[in-house]
Amino acid sequence: MDSANLSSQAVSYVPDTVTTSAKIVVAGGFGVGKTTFIGSVSEVEPLRMEEPITEESVGVDDLNGTPAKSTTTVGMDFGRIHLVDGTLALYLFGLPGQTRFRPLWDDLAEGALGCLVLADTRDLDASHDALGLLEEQGIPYMVGINVFPDAPGYDLTEIREALALDPETPLTTCDARDRTSSLYALITLAEFLAGRRTPEPLEPQP
Amino acid sequence: MTGPRRDPDMIRPYVRTGGQIQAHADVRPESVVVAATGPVAGLSPDARRVMRLFAAGRGGLAVADIAAALELPPSTVRILVSSLIDSGHLAATVAAAADRPEHTTLQKVLHGLRELV
Repeated sequence: MDSANLSSQAVSYVPDTVTTSAKIVVAGGFGVGKTTFIGSVSEVEPLRMEEPITEESVGVDDLNGTPAKSTTTVGMDFGRIHLVDGTLALYLFGLPGQTRFRPLWDDLAEGALGCLVLADTRDLDASHDALGLLEEQGIPYMVGINVFPDAPGYDLTEIREALALDPETPLTTCDARDRTSSLYALITLAEFLAGRRTPEPLEPQP
Repeated sequence: MTGPRRDPDMIRPYVRTGGQIQAHADVRPESVVVAATGPVAGLSPDARRVMRLFAAGRGGLAVADIAAALELPPSTVRILVSSLIDSGHLAATVAAAADRPEHTTLQKVLHGLRELV
């Protein structure tokens, strides 16, 4: 694939076989393995984009008594897979799951087919924020427990309970470092999305 | 303030995008665009940088790809690309999956992913 090294990042052009593009969001807290997961499955070199966001600084007062604001730059990794004889470009976007990044979600997650929430059994609380954002946005999701070698043993039933997941929400384990394992997590998500019942039309049928 | 502002973060996004402040709703990070026609003279520096990526006719790029290549925020690139589509410099030839994706798109994704394992 042709690429242009115009900056520090080498961009791969989208092949002209592609007729449709779609996106899946990979969400989760810092260090949960989003970048690793995207790197495992992407067919092009993963890239990073950066968006400055303005945050109100908590606990900092200035002399005017107005809340101080600071600008943080959020880095988001993304990759791409070409499917079905190269006719469909599936983009995978890593988004930070913390509630304070809601503005990014409004801009970037809209129109996603669905979301894989990566979770770490050592820090399930970090997943709650992401689940809340997804509910707000109405994006269908599943949860994938990224298996860390030093994580304690876990029981999927207990995790489902701890995360208060609906019975139909898929929950699986995966190893973000492993391409096949990561692809199987995406297949589980795609099966869920394709199998969801289409909502009944609101207007009565004649 | 006196003296030139050298920090690019000091430039407000709507200045970078030539006054346009809103992206088209259907121009999303995963939207793929290709070069169409039109002289680049008169375009803003950032718009010219976008067009330069397509100069060699090497194919399409998604909004996210452009943001990464030019190290510009994706929100800014969405607006730049929207404006370049309006002016006819870029064309969106690839359909982006809609808010309520067609069942066929989901089936294709599922089928395509299964082919990879």
